[in-house]
Amino acid sequence: MTQQLEDLLRDLVPRVLGVLVRHYGDLETCEDAVQEALLAAATQWLVDGIPANPAGWLVTVASRRRVELWRSETARRHREETLAAAPQPAAASAIDDTLTLLVLCCHPSLTPVSQVALTLRAVGGLSTAEIARGFLVPDSTIGQRISRAKRQLRDQEFRLPPPEQLPDRVAAVRHVLYLIFNEGYTASSGPALTRVELSAEAIRLTRQLHAQLPADGEARGLLALMLLTDARRPARTGPAGELIPLAEQDRSLWSAPAIAEGVALITSSLASARVGPYQLQAAIAAVHDEAPSPEATDWPQILALYGLLDALAPGPMVTLNRIVALAMVDGPATGLNALDAAAAELAGHYRADAVRAHLLDLAGDHALARTYYESAARRTLSLPERGYLEARARRR
Amino acid sequence: MKYVILIYHNPGARQQFEALPADQRARGLAVYEALNEELRASGELIVSEPLADPSTGKKVSVRDGRVVTTDGPFAEAKEHLAGLYLIDCDSMDRAVGYAARIPEASFATVEVRPILGFQGTDM
Repeated sequence: MTQQLEDLLRDLVPRVLGVLVRHYGDLETCEDAVQEALLAAATQWLVDGIPANPAGWLVTVASRRRVELWRSETARRHREETLAAAPQPAAASAIDDTLTLLVLCCHPSLTPVSQVALTLRAVGGLSTAEIARGFLVPDSTIGQRISRAKRQLRDQEFRLPPPEQLPDRVAAVRHVLYLIFNEGYTASSGPALTRVELSAEAIRLTRQLHAQLPADGEARGLLALMLLTDARRPARTGPAGELIPLAEQDRSLWSAPAIAEGVALITSSLASARVGPYQLQAAIAAVHDEAPSPEATDWPQILALYGLLDALAPGPMVTLNRIVALAMVDGPATGLNALDAAAAELAGHYRADAVRAHLLDLAGDHALARTYYESAARRTLSLPERGYLEARARRR
Repeated sequence: MKYVILIYHNPGARQQFEALPADQRARGLAVYEALNEELRASGELIVSEPLADPSTGKKVSVRDGRVVTTDGPFAEAKEHLAGLYLIDCDSMDRAVGYAARIPEASFATVEVRPILGFQGTDM
């Protein structure tokens, strides 16, 4: 399948599934039918060309497949057929159900891992096998996760929640998209040919969320954050897959179009919407991305932004990053004092040791820095991070 | 996050289990079946396998390019690996919750270890 055809198909998925579920009200079978229609389209369109009304084609084929699926299901259950004669939905719907689908897939009754898998399949149009490869787990694990999630949603109505619940539900969608992005933002090049680019998929889905809710500053901020972070991807790993820290990256490898788009998004968002954690993180990423060299980084601005983030969404990682910024502005000794002051909050976080090692290095205490790099390396859960921290320790 | 749950037996554990009345042994096995089914149904199970006795294993080493294997039985260790689960779930707490249901947790040792992932953050 050509990339162009695949992009077209995947973009149509939420619209087509929306039409079906709205008409038949049965996410479970409709979703399976849409997957099968996608497979049919992928082979047939390649031969016959793209039909004049691709969405209509998919709706028609998926509707037929749904009846067939339903028939085999009812045959098993020895039930009467009544549905086969039901009218097909109108192919073109004026209503775009992408948001309804996203919100449904991120329903609070599902665990985050299930929300992620179902979103990638029902909205993203990825196959079970593709999702499994993305998460490096067997197909059966993801297949089970998706079918159970669909069963759990069986009694949910296909419509947006009432307005007073919508903000929380949209927040859950943003969080799921953020999880997908982070899962894909790996340092490992991996078997690139078979591995689905989860971060690219997260960006694509977040674009859809942003298109549905243009006034949602946090959706816009999340899209900006992803673009501004992903822009650095070509520079963040070396030839052997090793992590290259921000300060040592070849900035000429950063993606200028992604940075320009991210900066434009976050600038417009901060000017118009109520500020939130994703927007602040995007603003911080923008300051890094706009610095032509590490020395030119506007650390006072980053420190101020972390101050706002700390007030809005405090947490150990925010505290740590704020301390790094503080040290870059006022020197490592100030940073080390702040680390001591936050010891209770940071207890048990290996990154606190990594930051302490970095600040000790800057302060010239290389022997002690080594001890803390080693301690952080022992406690990280990330293979590339461990490699990086061990390399730092050896340098001393 | 992926976690491996390692189930260790000590030399006395097997005898202890064999010495239990039949209905209690059956209950222990039923716990395993229920746990496996639940993990499969929730889409959190990657693999689970019991291991044959350590005396059936081989130790493998390569010296000067030559493969050398040593047959069991090996010198009596205090504990040996008797089975494992590899699961993919949301948190360490959840993995610990599953581990606590393994019968061996009440008379031998069960250990939960996070898998080292490929995710990395900017530093």
